[in-house]
Amino acid sequence: MINKTVKNAREAVADIPSNCMLMMGGFGLTGIPENCISALLEKDISGLTIVSNNAGVDDFGIGLLLKKRMVKKMISSYVGENAEFERQLLSGELEVDLIPQGTLAERVRAGGAGIPAFFTPAGVGTEVAEGKESREFDGKMYLLESWLKADFSIVKAWKGDTAGNLIFKGTARNFNPIMAAAGKICIAEVEELVEAGELDPNQIHTPGIYVQRIFQGVDYEKRIEQRTVSK
Amino acid sequence: MLTKDQIAQRIAKEVKNGQYINLGIGIPTLVANYIPEKLEVVLQSENGLLGIGPFPTEDQIDPDLINAGKQTVTMAKGSSLFNSAESFGMIRGGHVHLTILGAMEVSENGDISNWKIPGKMVKGMGGAMDLVASADNIIVAMQHCSRSGESKLLPECSLPITGIRCVKKIVTDLAVLDISPEGGFILKERAPGVSVEEIKAKTAGKLIIEGEIPEMIFE
Repeated sequence: MINKTVKNAREAVADIPSNCMLMMGGFGLTGIPENCISALLEKDISGLTIVSNNAGVDDFGIGLLLKKRMVKKMISSYVGENAEFERQLLSGELEVDLIPQGTLAERVRAGGAGIPAFFTPAGVGTEVAEGKESREFDGKMYLLESWLKADFSIVKAWKGDTAGNLIFKGTARNFNPIMAAAGKICIAEVEELVEAGELDPNQIHTPGIYVQRIFQGVDYEKRIEQRTVSK
Repeated sequence: MLTKDQIAQRIAKEVKNGQYINLGIGIPTLVANYIPEKLEVVLQSENGLLGIGPFPTEDQIDPDLINAGKQTVTMAKGSSLFNSAESFGMIRGGHVHLTILGAMEVSENGDISNWKIPGKMVKGMGGAMDLVASADNIIVAMQHCSRSGESKLLPECSLPITGIRCVKKIVTDLAVLDISPEGGFILKERAPGVSVEEIKAKTAGKLIIEGEIPEMIFE
């Protein structure tokens, strides 16, 4: 087995340069690569384009990278809970591509799976359709959307092994598996790293072929955005 | 006029046994509280969960388990987890039977606007465009008028569109209305104590009134 292990987040992100394209897993604050975000914050880089469903909150997740002005462009589907994001966007400091969530997911999946484009019904008749080719199939209109690929994809899993195989937990899976496949280099941080052979192959969500670097993260905060309990 | 909970309660009467259902954020989330227990339905959360259970108790809270509104949830018996591409595959593939979501505006031909106010608020469309473009059965839950008193049922949407010709039914604080395939809001039911005249006055789009319009019944 090829050993993908690196020491920590700092080593994993050491060669990420300015002006590159990153994908970051997570939905809201669930399943985000907390350790790598902290390590990126220590670096003196900027001009990043980040593909991520959301943009974190003001003081956690990708929100921290925005605050430090490291991000040139976000490619996301929903950014509702981030005041700094909204400020930078409305003032023109930040470029944003807002993409329907299913289209975003499928574009990432396509990027990892070698499919350059596909037709989807999402966005027909809306501003999302502007400038895009559309075509009718069986009496319904669809838009042509293209793949997304990244220089680096950064994902967070629950368990992983030294061969890069990953297992996710709950809804922390979200965009992580598809992004793992769509990055030229995929960095995976995991809560528990074990030796190759210790995970049940039947239970692997992301095969190690997609993962180039893996390390065991520390001090996960797992902040909750909408703590909702039953009465 | 109906409260938000009553709107949710009325929509719950549209739910049928055996359905897979996607509930949007806001009033639609409340619908789950009113689905009769005898019905076996599965709630889909587009961030990757089929089988949303009740909100957790304090000691059940798991930060790795949230719904599409980012609220902490539990998993119902027989639930399953998957990635975002698979989730929208099941939505676009027509496997989800019923979609319930909120709206800022609905037009008389079933167009919906619910994602953007130009120059004001930027939130993004999330999964709404995928959901409305794919679902066969879409019910909108919303207030009949905006906070400033403007009708939200219009000849044409004035805000950026989320999807075209997709809404089938609307439940507001005043009425239940179906979208006519030929265009127009067909008034089906009135909220208790609300007159047809009031609904007429507060509906800017074409309102179709056929025969006596019954009041909604709440058990």
